[in-house]
Order: sequence, then C-alpha cells, then structure tokens
Amino acid sequence: MRITLHVNGVPRSAEAEPRVLLSDFLRGELGLPGTHVGCEHGVCGACTVLLDDRPVRSCLMLAATADGHHVTTVEGLAEEAALSPVQQAFGECHGLQCGFCTPGFLTTVTAFLEAHPKPTDEEILDAVSGNLCRCTGYQNIVKAVRRASELMES
Amino acid sequence: MKPPQFGYTAAADLDEALEALAATGGKVLAGGQSLIPLLNMRLADPGHLVDINRIPALDAVAAQADGVRVGALARHFQALESDEAAAVQPLLRQALRHVAHPAIRNRGTVVGSIVHADPAAELPAVLALTGGTVTLRGREGERALSAEEFFLGPMESAIGPAEIAREVFFPALPERSGTAFHELARRKGDFAMAGAAALVTLDADLACTAARLVCVGTGAVPEVIDLSGLCRGWLSTSDWSAAAEAVRERIEPEDDIHATADYRRHLAGVLAARALSEAAANAEARA
Ligand SMILES: Cc1cc2nc3c(=O)[nH]c(=O)nc-3n(C[C@H](O)[C@H](O)[C@H](O)COP(=O)(O)OP(=O)(O)OC[C@H]3O[C@@H](n4cnc5c(N)ncnc54)[C@H](O)[C@@H]3O)c2cc1C
Ligand code: FES
Ligand code: FES
Repeated sequence: MRITLHVNGVPRSAEAEPRVLLSDFLRGELGLPGTHVGCEHGVCGACTVLLDDRPVRSCLMLAATADGHHVTTVEGLAEEAALSPVQQAFGECHGLQCGFCTPGFLTTVTAFLEAHPKPTDEEILDAVSGNLCRCTGYQNIVKAVRRASELMES
Repeated sequence: MKPPQFGYTAAADLDEALEALAATGGKVLAGGQSLIPLLNMRLADPGHLVDINRIPALDAVAAQADGVRVGALARHFQALESDEAAAVQPLLRQALRHVAHPAIRNRGTVVGSIVHADPAAELPAVLALTGGTVTLRGREGERALSAEEFFLGPMESAIGPAEIAREVFFPALPERSGTAFHELARRKGDFAMAGAAALVTLDADLACTAARLVCVGTGAVPEVIDLSGLCRGWLSTSDWSAAAEAVRERIEPEDDIHATADYRRHLAGVLAARALSEAAANAEARA
C-alpha cells in the first residue's frame, strides 16, 4: 500500500506492506536512519519520534496507521544548520556517550520542555523514565534537560 | 523482531470494522501498545488486523454527574489529563499515573487496557472497584458487561471474536467517599509487582462505613475484597494494619521472575493498608 507521512515538515510517500513498522518505514523506506531501533517492544525508547507533536514509540506503530500524520524525527530537530537547544544542551552536558539512545531522548525531551518549560527534577525524571541509556548513568542527561530549559528561556 | 504478515483493514466506521472482523476472524488494532509487541515477538499471528484508529467520534472522555465514559480511541493521556474526569472519579487519574511511560500513554487506550485483561494492569482493577461496565458492540447490537462478567482469566475476557469494545463507563465517586491507588514496580513505568486500589466511604462523623479494595498483580482477575465489616468505625488516622492482614489472607499471588508469591503477598498488604488510609483521608477532605 502507498503511505504518505509529513516527515519533518515535508510530505514523503513510499510503498510498504501493512506489517511495516513506522520505525522501519522511516529508516528503510524514507532513508532516515536517525531513529534508532533497540528492543522493538516499547521498553528502551530509542525509537521515540513525535507523532503530531507527541512522543510515541515508532516500533509500536504501523506505518499504515501513521498514514497522513505529522512525524518529527531527530533529523528534524535542528533549525537550519544550528543545533536545537536540546541538542546543544546534551552536547554541553555530556548527556550522551555512544549515542544509541540519544535520538529517543532528544525527541522525548523536546516535547516535554514544550509542555513544561520550567520542570522540577522530579518531573524530569518522570519524563525520561521510559528511555534507557546504557552509558551515561543518567546524571548528565538530567543536567542536559535542565540546561536545555535555560537555553530555551534565553 | 518484525510482525508476521497479515491482511489489513483501516475501518472508516464501526460497521465496517465489525464486518471486517466477522469476515476475517481478525483482531482489533487500537493503540497497539500491547498488540504490536506481541506481533513483533511473533507471540501473536492474527492473520488480519482491523485498525480502528481512523474511526471518528470514538475518542471522547466524557465526564458527567453519573460517571466517566471513555471511548475506544481515548488514549491514556487524555483520561489522565482530564480534570473533569478526575473530579467525577479520582481513581482513574490515580491509577493512570502508574500506567507505563508518557510515550506509551500517548498511544495506548483505556479501553484497550481493559480488553487486554492483563492481571498486572491497573485499569481492570479500577473498572472492578468502581463498579463500571464495558459496552461491547456486535453486528446484532450492544451489550454492557460488569467487570465480574467481563474478566474471565489472565488476558481472557468475555468479548466475542466479532465484537468491539466501544466504550467503558466508570461510575462517579459516591458521596463522602475517597479513593487511592498504590503500587510498587521495579522501575518506574513497569508493570507492578503488586498494587492496591481502595475505595472508602465515611459516615457523618467521618468514621468508615464501607471499605473495598482490589489488588493488582496478585490473582487471575480483579477481585473486589469487601473489608467494610472489619474497618467499620475506623478513622483515616486509625491503624489500618489489620486490614493488611485480611488482604494477605484473601489473595493468591504466584511466583515469577520479578517477585516470589510470599513477597507479593507481603507487599499487597502494605500497599492495601496505605491505600485504604489514604482513601479515608481523601474522603474526609471531600466531606
Ligand atoms: C513498555 C510498556 C510498558 C507498559 N506498562 C504498562 C503498565 O504499567 N500498566 C498497564 O496497564 N499497561 C502497560 N502497558 C500496556 C499498555 O497499557 C497498552 O497500551 C494497553 O494494555 C493496551 O491498549 P492499546 O490501545 O494499546 O491496545 P492494543 O495493543 O491495540 O490491543 C490490545 C488487545 O486488546 C484488543 N483491543 C484493543 N482495543 C479493543 C477494542 N476497542 N475492542 C476490541 N478489542 C480491542 C486488541 O485486539 C488486542 O488483543 C505497557 C506497554 C509497554 C509497551
Ligand atoms: S526500539 Fe522502540 S522502544 Fe525500544
Ligand atoms: S549514550 Fe550510549 S546508550 Fe545512551
């Protein structure tokens, strides 16, 4: 079947079987490998994208169900050539090491800070509780979220 | 980790979805947060999926004086964020806070959580404790089932193969009553090792007249435990630990990789006492 998504503001279409997951459609059919695939059952959060501005697991959604919707992937976060405040903060605070989990954190945190511009530490922990990182130990990720909130304010 | 092949119908309305279910013997795809993991792991191979996500007007969370009606496409986050729903039946929000993570709650549906009938899930307990109903639509018409009629076993419900759960109804909190939900999970957002939902009603002197409880993760189906006899006359500040003992005697938890049966039994008692006294305090605050 033919599936059309608005990905990072651009309409993109491709053919795919109904069983193709949104994660695989983005990576394979549309050539956007920024969305990472870890567990493929909703636990790790690496594949998180924004569907109509809300974070969702792209490994738990059929591309067919997403037909016609707006999807933002990590590739769509930077504004022109400049990193977004969230991306910049993750770099500054060493919120990543290997980077495997990072696309999922960046999309999740971007949507979270839109809704909670001045979050408490407890709210930050809740917001990232569904994203696993095997490298950083999370401390610098929490710092990066705080820093991103500062950057967005200024 | 890819789904097996299946036929696919993106139904435009309930009638089309019901026809497709009857014609193919397939399964309903709602939020996909339980079904797609099962497909990815090839634990399910339904042959045909009837995607209901495009059916209009199924996504309401309607709070009225008699209770909260949640349509088949209302996502967890909608019910969680609805202040109107929380005012009419606070247990809904208290429980939803414990369901998975924000990204799962953005897709998962309240109705899907009920139909999935996972004994470790929070919402089936809420349906049982509030005395709610599930409305099932078939080609011949609709029927409404209570929690007791609906939940038959772990992951097993009374829904027919060609029926769609159109709506669930959570009755409003009665007068001078309060609720609370407590659970313990290994990691935030995981399914709980044990949990307890409590509903307490007070008399005019703020003493307990009715106390009911449903445990999560400690039995095949959500079972309402009536502790009204034991707790009659207790205040929110009373020592509720005798209720914990009574709960431990009633439940039959099982061992699994996450916790032993004994630990679950202990935990359920602790959480039950906590939920009951908090529910009493919440009832007092509303009285
Ligand atoms: C990482 C992770 C953590 C989770 N943690 C929790 C948790 O802590 N607590 C919890 O309760 N759940 C948890 N879940 C499960 C989640 O809540 C699911 O969203 C929910 O159980 C199912 O709702 P759904 O809309 O996604 O249903 P789907 O996955 O689409 O469907 C589930 C089942 O119900 C059937 N079904 C769904 N809707 C209907 C309908 N309207 N009519 C007829 N049949 C229907 C489907 O055919 C399928 O068999 C978790 C899931 C993940 C991936
Ligand atoms: S790959 Fe989707 S949550 Fe892990
Ligand atoms: S940076 Fe390696 S998993 Fe998070």
